[in-house]
Amino acid sequence: MTAPVIMPAASPPLIELVGVRRVYGEGDSEVRALDGVDLVIQRGEFVMVMGSSGSGKSTCMNLLGCLDTPSGGSYRFLGVDVGGLDRDALALLRRHYLGFVFQSFNLLPRTSAMENVELPLVYRGMGARKRHAAAAHALDLVGLANRADHTPAQLSGGQQQRVAIARALVTEPMVLFADEPTGNLDSETTHDVMRLLQTLNRDRGITIVMVTHEPELTHYASRIVTFRDGRVLSDVPGEGGR
Amino acid sequence: MILWNTFVLALAAIRRNGGRSLLTALGVVIGVASVIAMVNLGRAAGQQVTANISAMGPNLLFVRPGMTAAAGGTRAEAIPFDPDDLQAIRSSIDGVIVAPGASASATVAYGNLNATTSITGTTNEYFGVRNLTIAAGREFEARELENGAPVCILGPTVVTNVYGSAEPLGTTLRIGATSCQVIGVLSPKGSNMGQDQDDTVVMPLRAVQRRLTGKQDIATIYVSAVEDGTSGRVRADLITLLRERRGLRDDEADDFDVRDMAELAATLQSTSATMTALLGAIAAVSLLVGGIGIMNIMLVSVTERTREIGVRLAIGARAREILLQFLVEAVVLSVFGGLVGVALGIGGTWIMVTQLGMPFVVSVEMVVAAFAVSGAVGVVFGYLPARKAARLDPIAALRHE
Ligand SMILES: Nc1ncnc2c1ncn2[C@@H]1O[C@H](COP(=O)(O)OP(=O)(O)OP(=O)(O)O)[C@@H](O)[C@H]1O
Ligand SMILES: [Mg+2]
Repeated sequence: MTAPVIMPAASPPLIELVGVRRVYGEGDSEVRALDGVDLVIQRGEFVMVMGSSGSGKSTCMNLLGCLDTPSGGSYRFLGVDVGGLDRDALALLRRHYLGFVFQSFNLLPRTSAMENVELPLVYRGMGARKRHAAAAHALDLVGLANRADHTPAQLSGGQQQRVAIARALVTEPMVLFADEPTGNLDSETTHDVMRLLQTLNRDRGITIVMVTHEPELTHYASRIVTFRDGRVLSDVPGEGGR
Repeated sequence: MILWNTFVLALAAIRRNGGRSLLTALGVVIGVASVIAMVNLGRAAGQQVTANISAMGPNLLFVRPGMTAAAGGTRAEAIPFDPDDLQAIRSSIDGVIVAPGASASATVAYGNLNATTSITGTTNEYFGVRNLTIAAGREFEARELENGAPVCILGPTVVTNVYGSAEPLGTTLRIGATSCQVIGVLSPKGSNMGQDQDDTVVMPLRAVQRRLTGKQDIATIYVSAVEDGTSGRVRADLITLLRERRGLRDDEADDFDVRDMAELAATLQSTSATMTALLGAIAAVSLLVGGIGIMNIMLVSVTERTREIGVRLAIGARAREILLQFLVEAVVLSVFGGLVGVALGIGGTWIMVTQLGMPFVVSVEMVVAAFAVSGAVGVVFGYLPARKAARLDPIAALRHE
C-alpha cells in the first residue's frame, strides 16, 4: 500500500509528453484523437487547455490523469514512463499523486459531503479519525464547513463542485486535473470556483491542468495551451502567473 | 486495514441503497427461513414419533384378528381370539408378557357430568405391557379379575371430564347401564398421534365381556417382549403359533395382524427422515433462487452505479478493491438475509410445532450451516457482478449516463 517509488533523476519535469498519439478504433473508423503532442508541464504551473470541440482536450486530460495510456509516443510522470505501467500501478499513481475534478461533479449520491470527501482517504487506508479531520479541513478550505452533513441533492451546483474540489485536494495531490470544471456553473459561481483553484495553485503549490471553453477565464492561468486536430496549436503564457 | 475499510465502504453503500438492499436480501431470507423451518419441523416430527413409540413400549406387539376370504370372493371379519389363545401364547412363547384386550365404547357418568370414552377390559399385565402407571389407588385383585367384578381404573381425562375437581377414588361410576367402583387413577400419558391416551377406563376383562359387550371375544392381544431386540423373534413365533391354532393351510394368508412397534418405529423414522430430506431439498432450491436474486440485483446495482465505480477508479481504487467491495456487499446482504431467515425459520418452526403439539427442537448445526451457506451464496452469486464492476474502464465508467 505504499506509493510507487519515484526517484527524481536530476529533477525531471512533472509531466513530459513526447510525440503522444491516441488512436480510437481501427481501419476506416480510425480516429486520431491525439496526433503527436509534445508538452512539458513543470510543478506549480496553472495550465489552461483550450481548443474547439473534438480537438482532443479530454483525450489528453485522460492520458495526463493516468486514466488511459497512449497509443504511441511517451508520457513521463516525474520521469517514470507511464506507458509501461499496468492498471493497478496506474491506480496507485492516481491515488497518491493526482486529483480529479469533473464537469458533472460526480459526487456519490445520498452520501454526505463529508463522506464524499473522505472517500479517497479510505483507499489510502487512513483511519477514521484522521480521515474525518482531514476531510473537515478540506471542506473548510472550500468554504463548506457548515455543509458537511448535506448530501449532493441538498447542495447547489457551485457547492457540489466545491465539494468535488475538496475531495480532489484532501489527499494533497501534486497535480489537479479538471476537465471543464465550470461547464455546468453560472458565471458567478464559475468565478468562485476559479478563485478557489487559483488559491490552491498559489498557496499550496498544487499544479493545475484545466480544460475550458470560456476565454474569459484565461486570466487565472499561468499558461494557455490550445489544441487543434489532436495537436498543440499554440502554447502561450497567461496573466495568472505567480 | 484495507479489508476493514472495504467493509466500511460496503456498509455505507448498503445503507445508501436501503430499499434495494432489503429486496436483495429477501430471497435469501425466504430461502434460509424455509430450509430451517422444514428441517426443524421434520426433525421434530421424527423425535415425536420416537417419543410416542417408546412411551407406548418399544417392545410391544399388537395382535388383532384380520380379514379372511369368504365364499363368493367377499371378505369377512376373521374369528376373534379367545382366552385359550392367550394361554397358548403364554405357555409356548418364551420371554413375553401377555395381556388381553376387550374394548367397548360407553358413556360414563358421575353426578351430573358425563362423557363418552373407550373401555378396555384386561388384566394387570396390561399396565406393564402398555407402560402405564397407577397414580392413585391400586391394581385389580385376583378375585376381581376372576369374578369380573365391577371395578375400574380411570384415565386422567375421564377424571377431569366426569369428576371435575371431585375425588374419584372410592366413588361409584355409571358405565352404560352398569355401575362400578373406582379403585384407581392412571398417570397422564398425553396424546399420541392425535389420540388422547388418557381418555380411557380400564376394567377386568370379564367385567367388560359380561356387562358391556356381552361376548367372550378378545379383540386385541397385547404382547410385550421382555428383552430388548427380541420383538422380531416373538413376532415370528406368534405368527407360527396362531396360524397353527387357527388351522390355516400353507397357501392361506394370515387372518390376523401382528403389529410390531419397533418395526413401526423404524418405518416411521425413515419416512420422516425422507420427508425431512425432501422438504429440505425443496427449501434449498428456494435458497438457490434467493442467490440468483442477489446476483440479479447486484448486476443491476453495478450498472446503476457505474459512475460511482468510475469515480472510485479515478480516485485510485484498484480493480481488486472494487471487486472486494461488491463481493463484501453481496456477502453482507446475504448473511444479513441468513440472519433474518434463521430468526424467521426458528419462529416459524416454533409456531407450527406448538400448533401441532410436537416437541420444539432447533438443530444448532442447521443454524450454523444456514449461515455458512448464505455466506457462500453471497460469494458465489456476488462474484460475477463484482467482477463486472472491477473490470470497468475508468473513462467509460465516468462517461456512463
Ligand atoms: N472513446 C472514444 N471512441 C472513439 N472516438 C473517441 C472516443 N473518445 C473521443 N473520441 C474522438 O476523439 C476526438 C477527440 O475527442 P475529445 O473528447 O478529446 O475532444 P474534446 O477536445 O474534449 O472536445 P469537447 O471540447 O467537445 O469536450 C473526437 O473526434 C472524438 O470523437
Ligand atoms: Mg472534452
